Amino acid sequence: MATLEKPNQYKVIGTSPLRHDGVDKVTGRAAFGADIRLPGMLYGAVLRSPHAHAKILSIDTSEVEKLHGVHAVVTAKDLPDLESRVVELGEGVINRKYQSNNVLARDKVLYFGHAVAAVAATSLHVAKEALDLIRVEYEVLSPVLDVRKAMETGSPILLEDLRTDEFGKKGETRTNIAGHYKDACGDVEKGFREAKFIVEREFVTKMVHQGYIEPQNATAQYNPDGQITIWCSTQGSFGVREQVAEILEVPVSDIRVIPMEIGGGFGGKIGVYLEPLAVLLSRKSGYRPVKLTMDRSEVLAATGPTSGSYIKIKMGADANGRITAAEALLVYEAGAYPGSPVGAGMGVILAPYRIENGVVEGYDVVVNKPRTAAYRAPGGTNAAFAAETVIDELAERLGLDPIEFRLLNASKEGDRRVNGSAHKRIGFVETLQAAKESAHYQAPLTGPRTGRGVASGYWGNYGGKSSASASVNEDGTVSLLEGSVDIGGTRTSLAMQLAETLGIPAEDVRPVVADTDSIGYTEGTYGSRTTFATGWAVYETAKGLIEKLKERAAILWEVEKDKVNFENGVFFSSEEKLTFKELAEKLDETGGPVVASAAVQPKGYGPGFATHIVDVEVDPETGKVDILRYTAVQDVGKAIYPAYVESQIQGGVAQGIGWGLNEEYLYDEQGRLLNASWLDYRMPVALDLPMIDTILIEVANPGHPYGARGVGEVPIVPPPAAIANAIHNAIGVRLTELPMSPARVVDGLK
Amino acid sequence: MQSFDYEAPQGISEVIQLLAGKNGGARILAGGTDLLVQLREGRRNARLVIDVKNIPELTQITFDPKNGLRIGAATSCSQICSDPNVSEHFPGLVDAIHLIGGVQIQNRASVGGNLCNASPAADAIPALIVHEAVCHITGLNGTRTLPVEEFCVAPGKNALESGEFLTSISIPTTKERFGAGYLRFIPRNEMDIAVVGAGASVVLDSDRKRFVSARIALGAVAPTPLLASDAGAFLAGKAVTRENVKEAARMAQAVAKPITDLRGTAEHRKHLCAVLVERALDKAIERAGGHYAE
Repeated sequence: MATLEKPNQYKVIGTSPLRHDGVDKVTGRAAFGADIRLPGMLYGAVLRSPHAHAKILSIDTSEVEKLHGVHAVVTAKDLPDLESRVVELGEGVINRKYQSNNVLARDKVLYFGHAVAAVAATSLHVAKEALDLIRVEYEVLSPVLDVRKAMETGSPILLEDLRTDEFGKKGETRTNIAGHYKDACGDVEKGFREAKFIVEREFVTKMVHQGYIEPQNATAQYNPDGQITIWCSTQGSFGVREQVAEILEVPVSDIRVIPMEIGGGFGGKIGVYLEPLAVLLSRKSGYRPVKLTMDRSEVLAATGPTSGSYIKIKMGADANGRITAAEALLVYEAGAYPGSPVGAGMGVILAPYRIENGVVEGYDVVVNKPRTAAYRAPGGTNAAFAAETVIDELAERLGLDPIEFRLLNASKEGDRRVNGSAHKRIGFVETLQAAKESAHYQAPLTGPRTGRGVASGYWGNYGGKSSASASVNEDGTVSLLEGSVDIGGTRTSLAMQLAETLGIPAEDVRPVVADTDSIGYTEGTYGSRTTFATGWAVYETAKGLIEKLKERAAILWEVEKDKVNFENGVFFSSEEKLTFKELAEKLDETGGPVVASAAVQPKGYGPGFATHIVDVEVDPETGKVDILRYTAVQDVGKAIYPAYVESQIQGGVAQGIGWGLNEEYLYDEQGRLLNASWLDYRMPVALDLPMIDTILIEVANPGHPYGARGVGEVPIVPPPAAIANAIHNAIGVRLTELPMSPARVVDGLK
Repeated sequence: MQSFDYEAPQGISEVIQLLAGKNGGARILAGGTDLLVQLREGRRNARLVIDVKNIPELTQITFDPKNGLRIGAATSCSQICSDPNVSEHFPGLVDAIHLIGGVQIQNRASVGGNLCNASPAADAIPALIVHEAVCHITGLNGTRTLPVEEFCVAPGKNALESGEFLTSISIPTTKERFGAGYLRFIPRNEMDIAVVGAGASVVLDSDRKRFVSARIALGAVAPTPLLASDAGAFLAGKAVTRENVKEAARMAQAVAKPITDLRGTAEHRKHLCAVLVERALDKAIERAGGHYAE
């Protein structure tokens, strides 16, 4: 890891203290959802559809109920039959009817693995045996597996009530197109007339999964008084509370969600799958706690992958290397219900560049595959794969170094995007310059059939609602409650912001992730928002503590509060001073405990930009691509905990390499998922990856007290494009389909 | 997973009795790396599981220069790989066994099990074929032998009759100027099943410029692992040249009948056959001390 040489003006921020949850995590003591064991607990299992598209004619559960050890069976009949209504849920919206139908299919199953019924029994063994006794009668329908076919007139229709949202207006005919969106600026025809070179290409990418290690799980206790407790693996406990309340039509205040430690989410653990089933089963089994856990094949078949896509892009540049016009069409698979990240993809596709004449159009299309969920910079990787490949080709036509060409067109503060919004202070140019000067880019390529590729990426990041609460302990430490589930070390990055503000060591803060009854509303850990937004809440909380502690010092010193100052962890007046710790010891004499809390919704989040460099070696006989060297340069605003920031970048790159080279959902013609296991869903393993070097650029975000920007998502945006460009550099072939598997490389060489 | 009975007999005759008593409802358990997974996923059923790891003959490796190598059917991969005679004389087998799973799997999995599971993509089988390995089978009617290339009859099906089981695999002593190699193609560098596997063995003449004989075997390109006998026979008596090796690879490719499935396309598999056979022959020739004619 390299950070541009700059003195650190902070004491805690920018250092790497021991993580607060480190011992629990490395000793295996950290409690995950699968560790929950409650007295009288039952085990649940879910019956899933063997068909990709079928009407449910009948479900007969009578035989199951006779099986010894079975305590409850639920089907969609046990769920309220909800009207379509769109509900705002933090980062996105959900249609509660569709979400209910996704949790348990009502009239139709829409994908292989769609949940149809669930049982609770005294053991998992009995529960699984019980599933075999449920008789479901289906009328099998033709599956729709390709977005472009799904858009054709005459294609089988998935959702009878779906109408196209056409620039905000609803269409009138039955369709698989859920939405049609468009951004435009300038005069594209004029722009293309000014171009000397025009490159136009089509790209196809496949559905891929987040691949978190820990499968979804949920345990629920439904009490006779209607009070519900849920223990689960989620990115956002309040989001679970809201979704369960909507699906079951119960008040949010009746639900308490206790977020357990999480073994990865990457966007896939925002929506609920098992939680409502666990609650229903607990209610129906006579108020016994019920635990549900997915196995890997259920995770892959039925939880949030991200969209496969079809993208067409045309870009022109004049003889001086200036991009004169760009046109992009993005068609994204939503899966069974509307809600692909096509809008985010549209935002990413041209964002790094100054485009005076541009049109970006997008379609959200339902197909018989699992309902897509967010996945790390949702929609961004597909979009950048297309755009950055075309950028590389334009640079080649112009005879320009690919970084130089990007520098000529790079967006800066004040430049407007195609959707009209203007960039704030961003560090894209800085990432390009650092990439150009990097040891990696300066080093010669060695060996035959090797190639080097470059690609850049953008992600907007997010703010959202967060709460924090802190109490000062008499030994000078501070207990911190926060509502953000800890993914990627946020307990520590938040504790560090509190510590920095209070002028105490990070180790003196005890951060706790609180449940929904113990902390104010906090959105999930998504959108690269936690270190930024919950960081703001923590900062405000610390400021609140300082104000209250100044009052205490004023009492001790018998002066007015405004005579008490605070700096670097020391309270002082013209005559006296006390460190934070010394003052904490005197709280009893001055009025007792001191607590503070804050709830925030900061808007000043700043986007992240990245430029990646990759060297590959291609075996032209087998088509196998090996990654030899990788360097990711990223504007991180301010790295609160540099080692975590580096890990986020490396993790994103690793996932991006998998997406680029081998990961894909493979369906047969009937729409059955063929590779629902980690053996055959080919994520990269340790031997597939080199050390991923990082260069952290710190262009402070003016919208955060310590300059933090979200860092977790943008690193997954450039990798497939960078690899595609490197493959082209190695063997002269432009690959336009993901994954760039050995068979596709061999085909490309023919 | 359905419940089943479990027995761990001490001798071969007990196994024969147990198998006969269940009339096809019994399954032999060695390492369990295939069987347990299949039982759990409902891909195979068993009323009785017979663990054969307590039977000494099934977990032993013996070698003498005259009779060659004998590997008990339940011997673990790591035991085989750490045997000095195996590493010295049977390089193709070592190549293949090293590829079967990670350390934990290799400590459990057996070569006999890999063979009985009869996967078209099994790594050990093409390697055993090029080493001219023979299966030793026991049942109520006594014992019999079968060349490994005849042991698999269809995906997941082997030539064992009801009541029979595999007790050991024998490999004849290798000749002078012998070399063998096995390699497979997978898209990742670990954790995968062969898209195509290729094994080759050669015996070279005294000045190491001509092939005396050669054997070539392929995996994952037909319902069973294949011995490409014509391709091997073609090389006998020929000079060690790139041209001859490429021709043998083309001949081996011609007998492959791959399908498209989740692990690879028929087209890519067919293409890979020629690439891998050539590379496997390179390895075998190098290990036999041979060199290509300029």
